[in-house]
Amino acid sequence: MSIFKKKEKEGIPAISTASLPDIVFMLLFFFMVATVMRKDTLIVKNELPFADQIEKLDRKNMVIHIYAGKPSSRYKNVGSEAKIQLNDKFANIKDIQPFVLEEIKSKPKELQPYLTTALKVDKDTKMGLVGDIKKELRNVRMLKINYTTRSGEATNNLK
Amino acid sequence: MARRLAPEVNAGSMADIAFLLLIFFLVSTTIQTDYGISRKLPPPPEESTTGSVMVKEKNLFRVELNQLNELFVEKKRLELKDLRAAAIAFLDNGGGELDQYCSYCKGAHDPKSSDNPNKAIISLINSRETNYEAYIAVQNELVAAYTELRNREATRLYGMTFTLMKDHLKDPNYSGDKDRLKQQIEEVRSMYPEKLSEAEPVTAEL
Repeated sequence: MSIFKKKEKEGIPAISTASLPDIVFMLLFFFMVATVMRKDTLIVKNELPFADQIEKLDRKNMVIHIYAGKPSSRYKNVGSEAKIQLNDKFANIKDIQPFVLEEIKSKPKELQPYLTTALKVDKDTKMGLVGDIKKELRNVRMLKINYTTRSGEATNNLK
Repeated sequence: MARRLAPEVNAGSMADIAFLLLIFFLVSTTIQTDYGISRKLPPPPEESTTGSVMVKEKNLFRVELNQLNELFVEKKRLELKDLRAAAIAFLDNGGGELDQYCSYCKGAHDPKSSDNPNKAIISLINSRETNYEAYIAVQNELVAAYTELRNREATRLYGMTFTLMKDHLKDPNYSGDKDRLKQQIEEVRSMYPEKLSEAEPVTAEL
């Protein structure tokens, strides 16, 4: 009889939440590792155009970034003309060569031939500026470039 | 003296703390990989001037973007959506005879258009006032034309698209023979070599 009585008393045991922190910590570590804090703070408007013939730009350490576009709203004091951004500063056309050479030098020697320059140019920029950047890159023989875009139909651009 | 046992620390709030951190990292994470159109610039002018190369007019496909972002192909106005087809028709024309004959071209074989994909050059001219997005759109369509033709030939020869072959080459887990794959890619590339010339941008005439 006593066996039956015991069974009646038993409710659903509380689910142990002791392992919850472990699970959460696991997720936490994943995100901590996966997080890439943005290296450059954008000071130019950077709305990329659309394209669909795109290639993935992996190997982050083999990419040199050059941004261009109109100064963002916080930097209206420098004018509304499209500008180049290198690292965290506005730059002139003639700053590109030393910048690129510096970047190349900072990479390991065996990686240097594989470096790519990513041009992150705002979609409303005039081609004149982009052409000037390309000319500078040609002069330092940094010939592999990548026009960074968003993925989407190219026809979206002309609307 | 009875030894007092240290009371057990309540670990219930540990989860809360961990959640707080988790949410912070979730919000600040940008797992963004950049995508873009990869291109190779020509070497600096002083090296590339190895005498002017004569190009037959019919082997040249002129694409122009003016300061109003209007597209002109062979001096005629064209909509962007028709550019890819026009470029494919030009590249794949194969109008050449004898040694210029292109056995794999499926185009119109029009003697007035390009002789051979190896000879066909696309010339892209833009104004300094052209918008970057229009330029990218045109670049995209031209690259797409090459990719489409290469995909066609790769599928015919090796049973998989050119894009897939390139993906396999990059994939470290690919089981097949990578050297052979590389060779095949080169072969398809040489069937339709990317000959995209970009002139110095012209200044708008006012």
